[in-house]
Amino acid sequence: MKAGSNLEKVLEKRLFAVTGELGPPKGNDVSVIKRKAELLKGYVDAVNVTDNQTAIVRMSSIATSSLLIQLGLEPVMQMTTRDRNRIAIQSDIFGATALGIKNMLCLTGDHHTFGNQVDAKNVHDLDSIQLIDCVRTMRDQGRLLGGEEKIEGEINIFIGAAANPFADPFEFRVIRLGKKVAAGVNFIQTQCIYDMNRFKEWMRMVRDRGLHEKCHILGGVTPLKSGGMARYMAKNVSGIIIPDEIIDRVVKAKKPAEEGIKICVEQIQELREIEGVHGVHIMAIEWEQMVSKITEMAGLLPRPKIE
Amino acid sequence: MIKAEQKPIDEILKYLNPYNKILLSGCGACVTVCHAGGEKEVELLASGLRMARQKIGKKIEVLEVTPARQCEPEFALELSETIEKVEAVLSISCGVGVQTLVRHFPKIPIFPGVNTSFLGETITHGVWEERCQACGNCILEKTGGICPISRCAKQLLNGPCGGSSKGKCEIKKEADCAWQLIYDRLKTLNQLYKLEEIIPAKRWGVESRDSGLRRIVREDLKV
Ligand code: SF4
Ligand code: SF4
Repeated sequence: MKAGSNLEKVLEKRLFAVTGELGPPKGNDVSVIKRKAELLKGYVDAVNVTDNQTAIVRMSSIATSSLLIQLGLEPVMQMTTRDRNRIAIQSDIFGATALGIKNMLCLTGDHHTFGNQVDAKNVHDLDSIQLIDCVRTMRDQGRLLGGEEKIEGEINIFIGAAANPFADPFEFRVIRLGKKVAAGVNFIQTQCIYDMNRFKEWMRMVRDRGLHEKCHILGGVTPLKSGGMARYMAKNVSGIIIPDEIIDRVVKAKKPAEEGIKICVEQIQELREIEGVHGVHIMAIEWEQMVSKITEMAGLLPRPKIE
Repeated sequence: MIKAEQKPIDEILKYLNPYNKILLSGCGACVTVCHAGGEKEVELLASGLRMARQKIGKKIEVLEVTPARQCEPEFALELSETIEKVEAVLSISCGVGVQTLVRHFPKIPIFPGVNTSFLGETITHGVWEERCQACGNCILEKTGGICPISRCAKQLLNGPCGGSSKGKCEIKKEADCAWQLIYDRLKTLNQLYKLEEIIPAKRWGVESRDSGLRRIVREDLKV
């Protein structure tokens, strides 16, 4: 065990894991977190807490993660390299682990010009792969990046990262995953999958390199709410591919939202059949009330309780 | 080379408001190549300033000069006599050239007339693009000769972010994704194995601008 988190235990037992996602409030209103936490509790093994997602200023992922622990949910604290240099990163990891956070997702982060602080100086002292290496060094060697000084205490973290099989260059995607594994990643959550053929092709390349045995891969899914949302995402979000037949299904459906949920459930069932996929990451941002339904319909309930 | 763009004339006029006789100095090197501060631009800007000031009834006398390289002391010093005759200097060389004048002429106000933008190359007539951020420890050997520090919006050193799509960067759709270019080039060279190696965290704090003022000393060249 690297950290003994619930997520780690579920994955180590080879149970199909389920993670969710929670966006912190654009302010300090704790009731927002409580409301979303209630909608996710009992339906997922852990909850990702985004770190100023799309570069919009929100409550910090550390503080929100800590609040989630108090509310009885296990957080996966996301951390981007966009806003912190290696001093802040390592200091925040000290703090996060002291607060009981055991899972962390290492990300580069959305570019600051997408958000509401476009005049900011972005940092990018490390990239996501270097961040993984940094956390692993802190955990496994008990020392800081590039230093011999011993850390006071122990850093127990289950290290995660993202992968996007739908971005380009496609052949590079698996090389990059290999680097993340070499840097010490324990689990991977992918970008939302709609193009199942491409995902399966990527997984084949992952298995060819034996990477599925060195890290746990959780397939990412996001239920489509409407035809408009499907079209918008397909057209405007770089690194997301939505095949026309999926867009058509949602567009033509009498109840698009229901169809979106149905597609999502089908995708989860398909993912379960793929060798090397150890779980699903459900990103139902601002639609958290659907997670109970999706997990129920996909036969993922009840979630295991591991002591 | 260094690339620059002229500042808006209103901003320049504001700087020059208190003065009636100035020297406008261009530079025959980089800023000439990018049409921001060469002899031709000196001439154009000088007449622009004269006209603007005449319009508001506050005539200004503008002397013009374009040393070969304003950032070299020997050329900067050619301005000594002319500078005696004016109240201020407007320099449309890069920020380096401005400071060379400042160092040699401590008693006279010197203003910048361009925004120094980046180290880049000419793509085609009228188009320049950034190519280097002078990071102090060049990694082009690892990246097929394409610099991700200056050309990737997130300065990623180990491969493309999740937004790289169809060869373009998600942050600026008109820009090529640096990592797509790196991938294509290493593929052409049969060197894709280079992408497997993890490039470790860069030593920004001791090698780059973050270390404080950088200085090169060559003992063999000192006199
Ligand atoms: S690696 Fe550094 S020195 Fe080399 S081109 Fe890029 S910024 Fe310039
Ligand atoms: S799309 Fe390419 S160039 Fe743009 S930030 Fe991502 S990796 Fe860098």
